[in-house]
Amino acid sequence: MDRIISLLLPAFNETIYMVLFSAIFSLLIGIPTGILLYVTKPGNILPMNKLNKILDLIINIGRSFPFIILMILVLPISRFIIGTTIGSTASIVPLSISAAPFVARIIEGAVSEVDRGIIEASISLGASKFEIITKVLIPEAFPSLIHGITLTIINLIGYSAMAGAIGGGGLGDVAIRYGYQRFQVDIMIISVISIIILVQIVQFTGNTIVSNITAKRK
Amino acid sequence: MIQIKNIKKTYTSNNIKVDALKDINLDIKKGDFYGIIGLSGAGKSTLIRLLNRLEEPTSGEIIVDKKDILAFNNSELQEYRKKTGMIFQHFNLMNSRSVRGNIAFALEVASYPKEKIQPRIIELLKLVELEDKIDSYPAQLSGGQKQRVAIARALANHPKVLLSDEATSALDPKTTKNILNLLKDIQKKLNLTIILITHQMEVIRDSCNKVAVLGGGNVVEVGAVTKIFSNPQTEITQEFIKHLIPEEEAEVAFIQKKGKKIVKISYIGVTIDKPIISQLIRKFDVDISILAGSINKLVTKSVGFLTLELSGDMEKQLESIEWLKQNKLGIEVLYNG
Repeated sequence: MDRIISLLLPAFNETIYMVLFSAIFSLLIGIPTGILLYVTKPGNILPMNKLNKILDLIINIGRSFPFIILMILVLPISRFIIGTTIGSTASIVPLSISAAPFVARIIEGAVSEVDRGIIEASISLGASKFEIITKVLIPEAFPSLIHGITLTIINLIGYSAMAGAIGGGGLGDVAIRYGYQRFQVDIMIISVISIIILVQIVQFTGNTIVSNITAKRK
Repeated sequence: MIQIKNIKKTYTSNNIKVDALKDINLDIKKGDFYGIIGLSGAGKSTLIRLLNRLEEPTSGEIIVDKKDILAFNNSELQEYRKKTGMIFQHFNLMNSRSVRGNIAFALEVASYPKEKIQPRIIELLKLVELEDKIDSYPAQLSGGQKQRVAIARALANHPKVLLSDEATSALDPKTTKNILNLLKDIQKKLNLTIILITHQMEVIRDSCNKVAVLGGGNVVEVGAVTKIFSNPQTEITQEFIKHLIPEEEAEVAFIQKKGKKIVKISYIGVTIDKPIISQLIRKFDVDISILAGSINKLVTKSVGFLTLELSGDMEKQLESIEWLKQNKLGIEVLYNG
């Protein structure tokens, strides 16, 4: 039992570390991109057709890459930024890059649910574009944004397990090396259960935040 | 105050051009409660949205307070919009903010001094008679209450003009009247100019002093409401007036005098053809004045209403009411003097 704990605890921490930082970076890139993608659409508050088309294309390309391929493709970038391609820190780079376009799409979807009429009313009150984004779009879409962020984190937990396969560490790495390659079924099961619990916690937290917000608004 | 000159608006979709507005000319004076009426697709919504440039005209001029609003740059336009309130059919309140927060938004946008925001919100809510709902969220309010919040928000920055885009179309008749009365009060108190678009002639009747009738992208008739109602020139206007919903009798103020009774008679189908009134007069020797009346043609039958004032001998009055009841007429005594 001690052996299992001493094996899994650091792996668990690595997973949290990878997911946390890749979530932060992908949200930092994805949220502004998603909002930009929405507001630059024709007929919207900042119509820029060309920019919109280019963003759309980049996001689609980013989302088309299978993660396992993307991980290998961005190895040079990881080496450039982090200095190495092995370890949890290095896997934050491909994780962030693969999640960012996903985040952008989710955020775009969330803000486009905001009633056009509310935006129009804000324009009629003389609000600037920046005010419309920060004071209207984001707060109005907040429950959907939280949903999207929850979904992103859960996806990242899954991807982080894959990152383990190329030396990224974490629960996935343990499951593959000990559970699969050395036939230690107990370790396989426990690491999978840990991942399941992690996903449940994230989903529960997200749902609680969303229902708290919507309860207040009702 | 507002001059709309040769305004034209053409939409192009899939290379097909549609003229929403062909050549609109209107002159709106300060203090007008100006109604613009038209059927769906007449271009009235487009027209009002041009007045705060939610949409841009294809050609023409809009002069407000001697300034060409189409020549405004971005920041001038924002300043102009702060002085031009607008209310909407679907209220368009932010769900993420309470009543307080929704009104505060308008003030925040106008960089209103922070310490004055709360007192101003309370002042505005008093004006629209909704102080007790200050911390409610829009989802907790009825349609009429939501529109009151929207009005408070639109008036937050002391606008000179209020644009109303079908603001009562999503409300029931009674709430519509309340909102229109509120707008009339506010207009007097604040010396506002209100421009209202609607497809309901009763809204024009109950609130406006001037009206423009739109049809096919043109103004087909324009003038004082009293003039248009008494002497409609075009077929479109006549149609609108024909479909007016009659004033509810509750709204008609009867002069209540001792020794007189006011009764409302409702009759269905056959009895419509009977000369009840003349029979009543001959039989009981009472005097009758007709205060209000209408006939609604339903699919199978006609339902008529008559509001009568009876005067003369009290006994006779009572007898005549009995007689009316015997004739299978619905009788409601509105006033028993």
